[in-house]
Amino acid sequence: MSGPSTYNPKSGIEKWLDTRLPLPRLLHDTMNTFPTPKNLNFWYVFGGILTFCLAVQIVTGIVLAMHYKPDAALAFGSVEKIMREVNYGWLIRYVHANGASMFFLAVYIHMFRGLYYGSYKAPRELIWIIGVLIYLLMTATAFFGYVLPWGQMSFWGATVITNFFSAIPLVGTHISTWLWGDFAVGDATLNRFFSLHYLLPFVIAAVVGLHIWALHVPGNNNPLGIDVKSPQDTVPFHPYYTIKDGFYLVLFVIFFSLFVFYAPEFFGNADNAIEANPLVTPPEIVPEWYLLPFYAILRSIPNKLLGVIALGAAILVLAFIPWLDTSRVRSCRFRPTMKWLFWFFVVDCLILGYCGSQPVDAVLAGIPLVLVARFGTAYYFGFFILLMPLVGLFETPKPLPASISQPVLGE
Amino acid sequence: MTHLPLRLALAGSLGLSLAFGAASAHTMDTHRLPPKKEEFSFEGPFGTYDRGALQRGFQVYKEVCGACHVLQHVAFHNLSEPGGPGFSEAQAKGIAAGYKVPAEPNDKGETTDDKGERLTRPGIIADYFPNPFPNENAARANNNGNLPPDLSMIVKARRGGPQYVYSILTGFHQTPPKGFTVTKDKYYNPYYEGWNIGMPPPLQANSVSYTDGTRATVDQEARDVATFLAWASEPKMEERKQMGFSVILFLLAFAGVLFAAKRKLWADVH
Repeated sequence: MSGPSTYNPKSGIEKWLDTRLPLPRLLHDTMNTFPTPKNLNFWYVFGGILTFCLAVQIVTGIVLAMHYKPDAALAFGSVEKIMREVNYGWLIRYVHANGASMFFLAVYIHMFRGLYYGSYKAPRELIWIIGVLIYLLMTATAFFGYVLPWGQMSFWGATVITNFFSAIPLVGTHISTWLWGDFAVGDATLNRFFSLHYLLPFVIAAVVGLHIWALHVPGNNNPLGIDVKSPQDTVPFHPYYTIKDGFYLVLFVIFFSLFVFYAPEFFGNADNAIEANPLVTPPEIVPEWYLLPFYAILRSIPNKLLGVIALGAAILVLAFIPWLDTSRVRSCRFRPTMKWLFWFFVVDCLILGYCGSQPVDAVLAGIPLVLVARFGTAYYFGFFILLMPLVGLFETPKPLPASISQPVLGE
Repeated sequence: MTHLPLRLALAGSLGLSLAFGAASAHTMDTHRLPPKKEEFSFEGPFGTYDRGALQRGFQVYKEVCGACHVLQHVAFHNLSEPGGPGFSEAQAKGIAAGYKVPAEPNDKGETTDDKGERLTRPGIIADYFPNPFPNENAARANNNGNLPPDLSMIVKARRGGPQYVYSILTGFHQTPPKGFTVTKDKYYNPYYEGWNIGMPPPLQANSVSYTDGTRATVDQEARDVATFLAWASEPKMEERKQMGFSVILFLLAFAGVLFAAKRKLWADVH
């Protein structure tokens, strides 16, 4: 997409197409000859895996929608029909349900990788910001999707999350009512959530197109975080990265399959096997695992409105990272202080996730978990707002290699 | 000081809540006990349902549980499908015919008889297990106000799954600890959240007489029906595990080929 095209139309059809709609040229330049740093490691395979996850969710989702009924009286039964009567319905549904967890697992690794190697720094700010937008769309899609089976956790999760909007002063309750299409979560809510759950994946697909387009202008960052200096630093995307990404994709699918075939309810919640009942509240309302850290941040703040603001800010702050990080060096490999702070941040997210999974009054080894979550929240925001700008100014980075080829040749 | 009464009320309620807080520290922890560690044949990556247990468990459901509990999402034809209890199609048809299901409207468009009773017909293989009660109110009226839950999802819908069902069924007839009062019309069962369960002990020795000669102890009946209900929750489990084995075997081989190709291709890149 960027730089001079190396495409050379050979056959008559290719020449004809190239002067009218140069689709083969586009594919050739983006997926075939695209110069890619040769030192990309394992952590760079998740972009391809995520594209695969999106495709799997869309394909299985379209098939599920052929059998699903977005009606509060019929939804739960139609899902059980898919599980029991539709040919391979159990397979399609388990792939879709576990696929959501796999999608989030991959996206978190992808985001942490970008954070570690400074992939958000100039000239790749827009790739990162578009990525944050994709992540936001993913959480919305996953939330809508979790409501559709119309189990107890679907219903009460939807109730809790849509109630967040009622914390907004003056117009809050009106917004909640407008979202529900009723005065509580009900049939109208389910219907519109189904509509949005079907719409958003295609929006994600379009934004992923922008993400990849924006990536193909400056090209990939790499574990050294230094620019490509000469053609020796790169290899063509195909076949080098198609085969490497392909190999790791198959390993990922094996991991995915272990859940689908041998632990399909691992990420599930027993309460969601009970049909939604507005009169019975489950003892504990817990969101899906991939939202737990944010749930912990929300609960760690005693004021509802401030909690909701913190929840929104926790995601929004990601979009400002390109300017919060003041370091001149991209990769944490050469940033002795930031490297440690990054790993603390990873652990912090895991701790927050654990806190979010426990009852709000839980105590671990004599320490109330809400206190742990408060420290976790403080580090979460402190990492981005204080440490990133300050460490970038005061840290002395290690010397950078002259080029990507140099450290490899030097060994 | 116009708000003095309010303040007093606040102080009073604070004192009261403190007193209750102190009292609740001495009340009993009535969270359910962890389910018994019972092993089942269908656990593990290669586990399958024990056909005999499924058929015996079905008998227990039909003759005991089915009096109050529906099996909402299971159809009679499921009983003869692969991976299930292994009844023949003729047997499944016979079982269906033994149930009365709500009839379609008759020639006059009626669904009830002269006395207002629901018209019924013998079940066919395409029918689902009928509800033993016409509606929720009738179910509650017959069960001291409790609603017997659907059993077709019970193993999936309770943490602990088949072990939970087994523990509940074998967890009756124990002496409650001192200080715990069993509520009127409830039964003591420490494997149930809150320990007061609305269901009377459903299984006794020889509640059913097994046709295969197995001794019908409470333990045996509980194991069998827990197996049957696990199948009712997850009827495609055997197909799933078998397919998973071939899929993963294929993917491992495919990964091996890709790994070899990747190594060869990248060998020249320095």
